Amino acid sequence: MDGMHDLGGKQGFGRIRYSLRAETFHEPWEKRVNALYSLAVKLGIFNMDEYRHAIERMEPRHYLSASYYERSLTSLATLCVEKGILTQEELERRAQGAFPLALPSAPGRSNVATRETLKVGDKVTVKSHHVHGHVRMPGYIRGKSGVVVGVSPPYPFPDAHGHGIEAEHEPTYDVRFDSRDLWSDAADAAFVHVGVFESYLERAK
Amino acid sequence: MPDHAHHHEAIASVEKRTDAIEAAFHERGMEPANFIREFKHLAEEEWVPENGARVVAKAWTDPAFRERLFANGRDAVTELGLSMPPHHRHLVVLENTPTVHNVICCTLCSCTAFSIIGLPPDWYKDLEYRARVVRQSRTVLSEMGLELPADMEVRVWDTTADTRYMVLPVRPAGTEGWSEEKLASLITKDAMIGVSRL
Repeated sequence: MDGMHDLGGKQGFGRIRYSLRAETFHEPWEKRVNALYSLAVKLGIFNMDEYRHAIERMEPRHYLSASYYERSLTSLATLCVEKGILTQEELERRAQGAFPLALPSAPGRSNVATRETLKVGDKVTVKSHHVHGHVRMPGYIRGKSGVVVGVSPPYPFPDAHGHGIEAEHEPTYDVRFDSRDLWSDAADAAFVHVGVFESYLERAK
Repeated sequence: MPDHAHHHEAIASVEKRTDAIEAAFHERGMEPANFIREFKHLAEEEWVPENGARVVAKAWTDPAFRERLFANGRDAVTELGLSMPPHHRHLVVLENTPTVHNVICCTLCSCTAFSIIGLPPDWYKDLEYRARVVRQSRTVLSEMGLELPADMEVRVWDTTADTRYMVLPVRPAGTEGWSEEKLASLITKDAMIGVSRL
Protein backbone atom coordinates (compact mmCIF):
# COMPACT_ATOMS: atom_id res chain seq x y z
CA MET A 1 0.00 0.00 0.00
CA ASP A 2 1.14 3.51 -0.71
CA GLY A 3 0.81 4.39 2.97
CA MET A 4 1.96 7.23 5.17
CA HIS A 5 4.80 5.03 6.42
CA ASP A 6 6.49 5.10 3.00
CA LEU A 7 8.58 8.13 3.85
CA GLY A 8 11.74 7.76 1.72
CA GLY A 9 12.25 10.92 -0.30
CA LYS A 10 9.26 12.79 1.12
CA GLN A 11 10.06 16.48 1.36
CA GLY A 12 9.23 19.09 3.95
CA PHE A 13 10.76 17.45 7.00
CA GLY A 14 13.17 19.49 9.11
CA ARG A 15 16.47 18.74 10.78
CA ILE A 16 17.16 15.39 12.41
CA ARG A 17 16.82 15.50 16.21
CA TYR A 18 20.37 14.24 16.61
CA SER A 19 22.41 13.88 19.75
CA LEU A 20 25.55 11.92 20.52
CA ARG A 21 24.96 8.59 22.28
CA ALA A 22 21.22 8.99 21.78
CA GLU A 23 18.97 6.67 23.74
CA THR A 24 16.76 3.97 22.24
CA PHE A 25 14.12 4.16 24.98
CA HIS A 26 12.96 7.18 26.93
CA GLU A 27 10.08 5.85 29.06
CA PRO A 28 9.72 2.54 30.91
CA TRP A 29 6.50 1.64 29.04
CA GLU A 30 8.43 1.67 25.74
CA LYS A 31 10.56 -1.30 26.76
CA ARG A 32 7.44 -3.12 27.95
CA VAL A 33 5.75 -2.56 24.58
CA ASN A 34 8.82 -3.78 22.72
CA ALA A 35 8.92 -6.86 24.96
CA LEU A 36 5.19 -7.55 24.63
CA TYR A 37 5.17 -7.54 20.84
CA SER A 38 8.31 -9.69 20.82
CA LEU A 39 6.50 -12.12 23.14
CA ALA A 40 3.50 -12.22 20.81
CA VAL A 41 5.83 -13.02 17.87
CA LYS A 42 7.58 -15.68 19.94
CA LEU A 43 4.23 -17.24 20.83
CA GLY A 44 3.28 -17.33 17.15
CA ILE A 45 0.35 -14.91 17.47
CA PHE A 46 1.67 -12.92 14.51
CA ASN A 47 4.85 -12.60 12.47
CA MET A 48 7.08 -9.57 11.89
CA ASP A 49 5.56 -8.82 8.48
CA GLU A 50 2.07 -8.76 9.97
CA TYR A 51 3.45 -6.55 12.74
CA ARG A 52 4.93 -4.09 10.25
CA HIS A 53 1.79 -4.10 8.16
CA ALA A 54 -0.47 -3.34 11.12
CA ILE A 55 1.68 -0.24 11.77
CA GLU A 56 1.27 0.78 8.13
CA ARG A 57 -2.51 0.40 8.44
CA MET A 58 -2.74 3.03 11.18
CA GLU A 59 -4.91 5.95 10.17
CA PRO A 60 -2.40 8.40 8.63
CA ARG A 61 -2.95 11.24 11.11
CA HIS A 62 -2.51 8.78 13.97
CA TYR A 63 0.61 7.31 12.33
CA LEU A 64 2.28 10.69 11.95
CA SER A 65 1.45 11.94 15.43
CA ALA A 66 2.26 8.70 17.29
CA SER A 67 5.73 8.05 18.67
CA TYR A 68 7.64 5.00 17.41
CA TYR A 69 6.58 2.92 20.42
CA GLU A 70 2.97 4.09 20.26
CA ARG A 71 2.96 2.68 16.73
CA SER A 72 4.32 -0.61 18.12
CA LEU A 73 1.63 -0.58 20.79
CA THR A 74 -1.11 0.05 18.24
CA SER A 75 0.09 -2.75 15.97
CA LEU A 76 0.32 -5.19 18.88
CA ALA A 77 -3.19 -4.38 20.08
CA THR A 78 -4.67 -4.44 16.57
CA LEU A 79 -3.26 -7.86 15.76
CA CYS A 80 -4.26 -9.35 19.13
CA VAL A 81 -7.83 -8.17 18.46
CA GLU A 82 -7.83 -9.35 14.83
CA LYS A 83 -6.44 -12.75 15.85
CA GLY A 84 -9.10 -13.16 18.53
CA ILE A 85 -6.69 -13.09 21.49
CA LEU A 86 -8.25 -9.93 22.97
CA THR A 87 -11.17 -7.66 22.25
CA GLN A 88 -11.05 -3.91 21.88
CA GLU A 89 -13.75 -3.67 24.57
CA GLU A 90 -11.56 -5.52 27.05
CA LEU A 91 -8.59 -3.31 26.22
CA GLU A 92 -10.64 -0.13 26.61
CA ARG A 93 -12.16 -1.32 29.85
CA ARG A 94 -8.73 -2.12 31.24
CA ALA A 95 -7.17 1.11 29.94
CA GLN A 96 -10.14 3.18 31.16
CA GLY A 97 -10.27 5.09 27.91
CA ALA A 98 -10.31 4.78 24.14
CA PHE A 99 -7.72 2.44 22.61
CA PRO A 100 -7.38 3.33 18.91
CA LEU A 101 -6.46 0.47 16.59
CA ALA A 102 -5.18 0.37 13.02
CA LEU A 103 -7.66 0.24 10.14
CA PRO A 104 -8.63 -3.13 8.60
CA SER A 105 -6.35 -4.85 6.13
CA ALA A 106 -6.88 -5.06 2.38
CA PRO A 107 -6.11 -8.43 0.73
CA GLY A 108 -2.51 -9.53 0.36
CA ARG A 109 -1.04 -11.25 -2.68
CA SER A 110 1.09 -14.29 -3.46
CA ASN A 111 4.56 -14.31 -4.96
CA VAL A 112 4.70 -13.18 -8.58
CA ALA A 113 4.68 -16.31 -10.74
CA THR A 114 7.02 -15.05 -13.46
CA ARG A 115 10.09 -14.15 -11.48
CA GLU A 116 13.63 -14.63 -12.60
CA THR A 117 16.78 -15.53 -10.70
CA LEU A 118 19.22 -12.64 -10.92
CA LYS A 119 22.91 -12.19 -10.19
CA VAL A 120 25.34 -9.46 -9.28
CA GLY A 121 25.84 -7.11 -12.23
CA ASP A 122 22.39 -7.61 -13.73
CA LYS A 123 20.56 -4.46 -14.76
CA VAL A 124 17.04 -4.52 -13.38
CA THR A 125 13.86 -2.46 -13.33
CA VAL A 126 11.40 -2.35 -10.44
CA LYS A 127 7.98 -3.36 -11.74
CA SER A 128 5.26 -0.72 -11.60
CA HIS A 129 3.16 -2.67 -9.16
CA HIS A 130 0.45 -1.03 -7.10
CA VAL A 131 -0.82 -3.32 -4.38
CA HIS A 132 -3.54 -2.97 -1.78
CA GLY A 133 -1.83 -4.86 1.02
CA HIS A 134 1.62 -5.11 2.54
CA VAL A 135 4.63 -4.50 0.30
CA ARG A 136 8.30 -3.85 1.06
CA MET A 137 8.99 -1.88 -2.11
CA PRO A 138 9.42 1.77 -1.16
CA GLY A 139 7.49 3.97 -3.59
CA TYR A 140 10.58 5.92 -4.59
CA ILE A 141 11.98 2.96 -6.58
CA ARG A 142 8.78 2.00 -8.43
CA GLY A 143 9.51 1.82 -12.17
CA LYS A 144 13.16 2.80 -11.61
CA SER A 145 16.20 0.94 -12.92
CA GLY A 146 19.42 -0.03 -11.17
CA VAL A 147 22.10 -2.70 -10.89
CA VAL A 148 22.20 -5.75 -8.63
CA VAL A 149 25.18 -5.49 -6.25
CA GLY A 150 24.28 -8.20 -3.74
CA VAL A 151 22.14 -11.30 -3.33
CA SER A 152 20.57 -12.36 -0.02
CA PRO A 153 19.17 -15.73 1.02
CA PRO A 154 15.46 -16.41 0.48
CA TYR A 155 12.92 -14.87 2.85
CA PRO A 156 9.15 -15.33 3.09
CA PHE A 157 7.47 -13.02 0.57
CA PRO A 158 6.21 -10.14 2.74
CA ASP A 159 3.20 -9.30 0.55
CA ALA A 160 1.80 -12.72 1.49
CA HIS A 161 3.48 -13.29 4.87
CA GLY A 162 2.19 -9.92 6.12
CA HIS A 163 -1.34 -11.23 5.64
CA GLY A 164 -0.77 -14.61 7.23
CA ILE A 165 -1.20 -16.38 3.90
CA GLU A 166 1.10 -18.96 2.33
CA ALA A 167 4.33 -17.31 1.20
CA GLU A 168 7.06 -18.90 -0.85
CA HIS A 169 10.53 -17.82 0.13
CA GLU A 170 12.44 -15.81 -2.42
CA PRO A 171 15.80 -13.99 -2.53
CA THR A 172 16.20 -10.28 -2.09
CA TYR A 173 18.67 -8.33 -4.16
CA ASP A 174 20.59 -5.26 -3.09
CA VAL A 175 19.94 -2.97 -6.04
CA ARG A 176 22.02 0.16 -6.56
CA PHE A 177 20.18 3.20 -7.87
CA ASP A 178 21.63 6.58 -8.78
CA SER A 179 19.86 9.25 -6.72
CA ARG A 180 19.52 11.35 -9.88
CA ASP A 181 17.52 8.57 -11.53
CA LEU A 182 15.20 8.58 -8.51
CA TRP A 183 14.69 12.32 -7.99
CA SER A 184 16.37 14.02 -10.95
CA ASP A 185 18.52 16.92 -9.80
CA ALA A 186 16.38 17.50 -6.68
CA ALA A 187 18.57 15.16 -4.62
CA ASP A 188 22.14 14.97 -3.32
CA ALA A 189 24.41 12.88 -5.54
CA ALA A 190 24.64 9.37 -4.07
CA PHE A 191 24.10 5.72 -4.78
CA VAL A 192 20.99 4.50 -2.99
CA HIS A 193 20.77 0.75 -2.32
CA VAL A 194 17.51 -1.01 -1.58
CA GLY A 195 16.89 -4.66 -0.64
CA VAL A 196 14.35 -5.69 -3.29
CA PHE A 197 12.37 -8.93 -3.39
CA GLU A 198 12.63 -10.98 -6.58
CA SER A 199 8.89 -10.62 -7.25
CA TYR A 200 9.32 -6.85 -7.56
CA LEU A 201 12.05 -7.02 -10.23
CA GLU A 202 12.45 -7.66 -13.91
CA ARG A 203 15.48 -7.40 -16.20
CA ALA A 204 15.96 -3.90 -17.55
CA LYS A 205 14.97 -3.65 -21.20
CA MET B 1 -9.24 8.80 16.27
CA PRO B 2 -11.35 8.17 13.19
CA ASP B 3 -12.19 4.56 14.01
CA HIS B 4 -13.50 5.86 17.29
CA ALA B 5 -15.79 8.50 15.92
CA HIS B 6 -18.69 6.58 17.38
CA HIS B 7 -17.82 7.52 20.93
CA HIS B 8 -16.18 10.43 22.61
CA GLU B 9 -14.14 8.80 25.30
CA ALA B 10 -10.68 10.30 25.71
CA ILE B 11 -7.80 8.19 24.46
CA ALA B 12 -6.10 6.35 27.29
CA SER B 13 -2.45 7.21 27.92
CA VAL B 14 0.19 5.01 26.31
CA GLU B 15 1.12 3.73 29.79
CA LYS B 16 -2.46 2.67 30.51
CA ARG B 17 -2.80 1.09 27.08
CA THR B 18 0.44 -0.85 27.70
CA ASP B 19 -0.81 -1.87 31.15
CA ALA B 20 -4.03 -3.11 29.56
CA ILE B 21 -2.23 -5.46 27.17
CA GLU B 22 0.19 -6.67 29.81
CA ALA B 23 -2.68 -7.44 32.21
CA ALA B 24 -4.67 -9.22 29.50
CA PHE B 25 -1.61 -11.32 28.57
CA HIS B 26 -1.04 -12.11 32.24
CA GLU B 27 -4.63 -13.25 32.68
CA ARG B 28 -4.21 -15.59 29.72
CA GLY B 29 -1.16 -17.26 31.26
CA MET B 30 1.32 -15.75 28.79
CA GLU B 31 3.66 -14.69 31.61
CA PRO B 32 4.52 -11.25 30.25
CA ALA B 33 6.43 -10.15 33.37
CA ASN B 34 9.07 -12.85 32.91
CA PHE B 35 9.48 -12.00 29.26
CA ILE B 36 9.72 -8.27 29.97
CA ARG B 37 12.50 -8.96 32.48
CA GLU B 38 14.31 -11.10 29.93
CA PHE B 39 13.83 -8.49 27.21
CA LYS B 40 15.22 -5.69 29.41
CA HIS B 41 18.31 -7.77 30.03
CA LEU B 42 18.78 -8.33 26.30
CA ALA B 43 18.15 -4.68 25.43
CA GLU B 44 20.42 -3.31 28.14
CA GLU B 45 23.19 -5.89 28.38
CA GLU B 46 23.29 -8.00 25.23
CA TRP B 47 22.28 -5.90 22.21
CA VAL B 48 25.00 -3.30 22.65
CA PRO B 49 27.28 -1.52 20.17
CA GLU B 50 30.31 -2.98 21.93
CA ASN B 51 29.49 -6.16 19.96
CA GLY B 52 29.88 -4.43 16.62
CA ALA B 53 32.94 -2.61 17.93
CA ARG B 54 34.63 -5.96 18.54
CA VAL B 55 33.73 -7.06 15.00
CA VAL B 56 35.22 -3.89 13.52
CA ALA B 57 38.39 -4.07 15.61
CA LYS B 58 38.90 -7.69 14.59
CA ALA B 59 38.37 -6.80 10.92
CA TRP B 60 40.99 -4.06 11.23
CA THR B 61 43.59 -6.40 12.67
CA ASP B 62 42.87 -9.78 11.05
CA PRO B 63 42.76 -9.72 7.23
CA ALA B 64 41.45 -13.30 6.98
CA PHE B 65 38.56 -12.47 9.34
CA ARG B 66 37.88 -9.33 7.32
CA GLU B 67 37.48 -11.44 4.17
CA ARG B 68 35.16 -13.88 5.96
CA LEU B 69 33.15 -10.93 7.27
CA PHE B 70 32.64 -9.56 3.76
CA ALA B 71 31.80 -13.01 2.40
CA ASN B 72 29.25 -13.91 5.09
CA GLY B 73 28.82 -11.46 7.94
CA ARG B 74 26.26 -13.54 9.78
CA ASP B 75 28.59 -16.53 10.01
CA ALA B 76 31.70 -14.45 10.73
CA VAL B 77 30.27 -12.72 13.82
CA THR B 78 29.63 -16.10 15.42
CA GLU B 79 33.42 -16.49 15.66
CA LEU B 80 33.26 -13.74 18.31
CA GLY B 81 30.42 -15.45 20.15
CA LEU B 82 27.85 -13.06 18.65
CA SER B 83 24.60 -14.00 16.96
CA MET B 84 21.70 -12.56 15.03
CA PRO B 85 18.01 -13.43 15.32
CA PRO B 86 16.87 -16.22 12.96
CA HIS B 87 14.96 -13.86 10.67
CA HIS B 88 18.10 -11.76 10.02
CA ARG B 89 19.41 -14.20 7.46
CA HIS B 90 22.25 -12.10 6.10
CA LEU B 91 24.62 -9.43 7.39
CA VAL B 92 26.23 -7.21 4.76
CA VAL B 93 29.30 -5.33 5.97
CA LEU B 94 29.88 -2.08 4.10
CA GLU B 95 33.46 -0.93 3.85
CA ASN B 96 34.23 2.75 4.18
CA THR B 97 37.42 3.90 2.46
CA PRO B 98 39.11 7.29 2.16
CA THR B 99 36.91 7.90 -0.92
CA VAL B 100 33.70 5.98 -0.12
CA HIS B 101 31.23 6.64 2.69
CA ASN B 102 28.34 4.31 3.55
CA VAL B 103 25.29 5.16 5.65
CA ILE B 104 22.34 2.91 6.60
CA CYS B 105 18.68 3.64 7.23
CA CYS B 106 15.22 2.07 7.05
CA THR B 107 12.72 4.33 5.32
CA LEU B 108 9.70 2.03 5.81
CA CYS B 109 10.11 1.34 9.55
CA SER B 110 13.37 1.24 11.53
CA CYS B 111 15.18 -2.05 10.95
CA THR B 112 18.78 -2.52 12.13
CA ALA B 113 21.26 -5.28 12.95
CA PHE B 114 20.41 -4.57 16.58
CA SER B 115 22.14 -7.62 18.08
CA ILE B 116 25.42 -6.43 16.55
CA ILE B 117 25.43 -2.62 16.40
CA GLY B 118 22.90 -2.07 19.22
CA LEU B 119 19.27 -1.02 19.18
CA PRO B 120 18.62 1.98 16.93
CA PRO B 121 18.92 5.46 18.47
CA ASP B 122 15.79 7.63 18.70
CA TRP B 123 16.71 9.86 15.76
CA TYR B 124 17.18 6.83 13.47
CA LYS B 125 13.48 6.01 14.00
CA ASP B 126 12.25 9.58 13.55
CA LEU B 127 10.29 10.62 10.47
CA GLU B 128 12.99 13.16 9.54
CA TYR B 129 15.86 10.70 9.17
CA ARG B 130 13.70 8.12 7.39
CA ALA B 131 12.34 10.64 4.90
CA ARG B 132 15.48 12.61 4.19
CA VAL B 133 18.64 10.53 4.34
CA VAL B 134 17.97 8.62 1.11
CA ARG B 135 17.40 11.77 -0.88
CA GLN B 136 19.55 14.37 0.89
CA SER B 137 22.31 12.17 2.26
CA ARG B 138 25.13 14.67 2.16
CA THR B 139 22.96 17.50 3.51
CA VAL B 140 21.62 15.37 6.35
CA LEU B 141 25.10 14.12 7.30
CA SER B 142 26.38 17.68 7.28
CA GLU B 143 23.55 18.78 9.56
CA MET B 144 24.50 15.93 11.88
CA GLY B 145 28.07 17.20 12.01
CA LEU B 146 29.72 15.05 9.33
CA GLU B 147 31.19 17.08 6.49
CA LEU B 148 32.30 14.85 3.63
CA PRO B 149 34.82 15.96 1.00
CA ALA B 150 33.12 16.92 -2.26
CA ASP B 151 34.73 14.05 -4.16
CA MET B 152 33.73 11.33 -1.69
CA GLU B 153 31.21 8.82 -3.04
CA VAL B 154 28.15 8.45 -0.79
CA ARG B 155 26.36 5.09 -0.63
CA VAL B 156 23.04 4.91 1.22
CA TRP B 157 21.55 1.52 2.21
CA ASP B 158 17.81 1.29 2.85
CA THR B 159 16.96 -1.77 5.00
CA THR B 160 13.74 -2.85 3.30
CA ALA B 161 14.12 -6.64 3.67
CA ASP B 162 15.41 -8.76 6.56
CA THR B 163 19.00 -8.51 5.39
CA ARG B 164 20.94 -6.29 7.78
CA TYR B 165 23.78 -3.87 7.16
CA MET B 166 26.60 -2.36 9.19
CA VAL B 167 29.32 0.07 8.23
CA LEU B 168 32.97 -0.88 8.66
CA PRO B 169 34.65 2.45 9.46
CA VAL B 170 38.13 3.36 8.27
CA ARG B 171 40.77 2.60 10.87
CA PRO B 172 42.02 5.92 12.24
CA ALA B 173 45.60 6.92 11.54
CA GLY B 174 48.02 6.64 14.46
CA THR B 175 46.52 3.44 15.84
CA GLU B 176 49.24 1.09 14.56
CA GLY B 177 50.08 -1.62 17.05
CA TRP B 178 46.98 -1.03 19.18
CA SER B 179 45.28 -4.07 20.70
CA GLU B 180 41.84 -5.12 19.47
CA GLU B 181 40.42 -4.08 22.80
CA LYS B 182 41.88 -0.60 22.60
CA LEU B 183 40.76 -0.23 18.98
CA ALA B 184 37.25 -1.36 19.90
CA SER B 185 37.00 1.47 22.43
CA LEU B 186 37.13 3.97 19.53
CA ILE B 187 34.15 2.54 17.66
CA THR B 188 30.66 3.95 18.15
CA LYS B 189 27.16 2.92 17.12
CA ASP B 190 26.92 6.10 15.03
CA ALA B 191 30.06 5.15 13.10
CA MET B 192 28.56 1.72 12.33
CA ILE B 193 25.34 3.42 11.14
CA GLY B 194 27.50 5.78 9.11
CA VAL B 195 26.53 9.17 10.45
CA SER B 196 30.03 9.76 11.77
CA ARG B 197 33.58 8.82 10.77
CA LEU B 198 36.26 8.03 13.32
